[in-house]
Amino acid sequence: MYGVALRMLLGDRAKYVGLIFGIAFSTMLMSNQISIFVGLMSRTASQILDVREADIWVMDPRVEYVDEIEAMTDTQLQRVRGVDGVDWAVPYYKGLTVAHTRGGSLQQVIVIGVDDATLTGVASKMLLGSVENLKQPDAMIMDRAGFEFMWPDEALSLGKVIEINDRRAMIVGICDASAPFATFPVVYTKYSTAMTYIGSTRKQLSFVLVHARAGEDPHALAARISAQTGLKALTWRDFALATVGYYVKRTGIPVNFGITVALGFIVGAAVVGQTFYIFVLENLRQFGALKAMGVSNATILRMVLLQAVVVASIGYAIGIGLCAGFFEVSSRVSINLRGFELPWQVAVGTAGAVLVIIVIASIASVRKVMVVDPAIVFRG
Amino acid sequence: MLVGPSGCGKTTLISIIAGILTPTDGEVEICGENITRMRDAEKVAFRRRNIGFIFQQYNLLPALTVAENAAIPLVASGVPMAKATVTAAAILGEIGMGDHLGKFPNQLSGGQQQRVAIVRALVHEPKLIVCDEPTAALDAETGRIVLEILKTAALAPDRAVAVVTHDSRIYRFAERIVTMEDGRIRSIRMMPSHQFSEVS
Repeated sequence: MYGVALRMLLGDRAKYVGLIFGIAFSTMLMSNQISIFVGLMSRTASQILDVREADIWVMDPRVEYVDEIEAMTDTQLQRVRGVDGVDWAVPYYKGLTVAHTRGGSLQQVIVIGVDDATLTGVASKMLLGSVENLKQPDAMIMDRAGFEFMWPDEALSLGKVIEINDRRAMIVGICDASAPFATFPVVYTKYSTAMTYIGSTRKQLSFVLVHARAGEDPHALAARISAQTGLKALTWRDFALATVGYYVKRTGIPVNFGITVALGFIVGAAVVGQTFYIFVLENLRQFGALKAMGVSNATILRMVLLQAVVVASIGYAIGIGLCAGFFEVSSRVSINLRGFELPWQVAVGTAGAVLVIIVIASIASVRKVMVVDPAIVFRG
Repeated sequence: MLVGPSGCGKTTLISIIAGILTPTDGEVEICGENITRMRDAEKVAFRRRNIGFIFQQYNLLPALTVAENAAIPLVASGVPMAKATVTAAAILGEIGMGDHLGKFPNQLSGGQQQRVAIVRALVHEPKLIVCDEPTAALDAETGRIVLEILKTAALAPDRAVAVVTHDSRIYRFAERIVTMEDGRIRSIRMMPSHQFSEVS
């Protein structure tokens, strides 16, 4: 009878397409918005995630997330280095300033100052040049998106010069950094050079990056650093989560995306529920006839559920395919949309939501079919 | 044949006979089995095995072809659709529907649809065929043809056909005419010898 159920479903083309469209639309909207939200939130921690070498980030105790910087005195670096279990510790500067191109245009840039000796903290994937080039005078490495933003119609190249705080800065390398939350160009330079870009202040050190000695538990070491220095020390993972958590709690972004996702769910459930209910209602006589002819309630139930599952599966496949296609195309069309992708967890979660939608849609319909009196077929 | 004015209880009675409705009182024995004592699942299986249905509105599944519609009772019994349609197609051929096997119900006239319904009622060789106003939606000539087909194809030594009708033009096809009034059987008339018995 399952073949009959499928033929009944496919026989009503308009409703079949409507059901598929409803599920596909709902899937696309939910998975797309959640993926963008996840992508956006991971952008807030992109600079933490790009520094793969450090186990622990040390900062002023009042700092809550990576973009809220309360500078420390450079002596704090030595205090951190003195904590037992620290393999190495290097300074890390992060700030925002304005760059001038030779054409006279202005552009706000994120300046990252890394340790002069080890150059720890530069995004690891170099597209042009090498990290070692930073040791040249006035050298800086720019991220690819920043280069394309500042020189939109030009191929990636080294040797371009910009001015930051009246200081000359020459591009000696181009890297593929993770997209930051605010899509400003990211400029990596030596810590000492970064200090010349921002001017002299009493406190300049944004963070201290720490690598734990082999066999040392990073959480235990972070606690020890905090205890001995009075600074805040977090593992890179905890700091990334704290940064994401800050944006989740303190901004309207989750509410905004949450509303869209909820709308996707509600519209999907309403459209699919109503269409499926009408589909079953219009076939009620047929189901009644089948029951009269000796088809059991259990078989009828399985027929209706099969119809629901088929519609959900096809709609979900189309919706999730559209979502994946959207990210594939959008990341190619605009570099500013890089990093937005469909995580498998979102795909699985959306499948769960679609399952709930189809269960909601089926409940009323199944109930109607279950209680239909087979004698309905004798009523003209 | 079960006849009587509207609201007299014909449909209720035939629904009880077919095991679709459960009587509030009394017992019903059909094909030698007491169906009032059966559980729901047993009744469903009983109907599947023993009863064929012909409805006033045909109730063919619009998404299925003529042959597939006629094969439904076999499919419900677990016969694969391909095998069931072969069986159904053979009977359809016998009643002049062989050229319409692949058509859908909306491509057929009312008379043709009722012929498909007749084959659907016969295909699993039930012991009882229950017909509810089988000619009500048909013109006189088509109704006559359909009844001829029903009489030829359905009547068999071990089979009964119960027909609910308002259509006095088809009384002549009956062996017995049961007249109902206000929920009670008023008379059972034997045809064509016109033996007559009153039922109090």
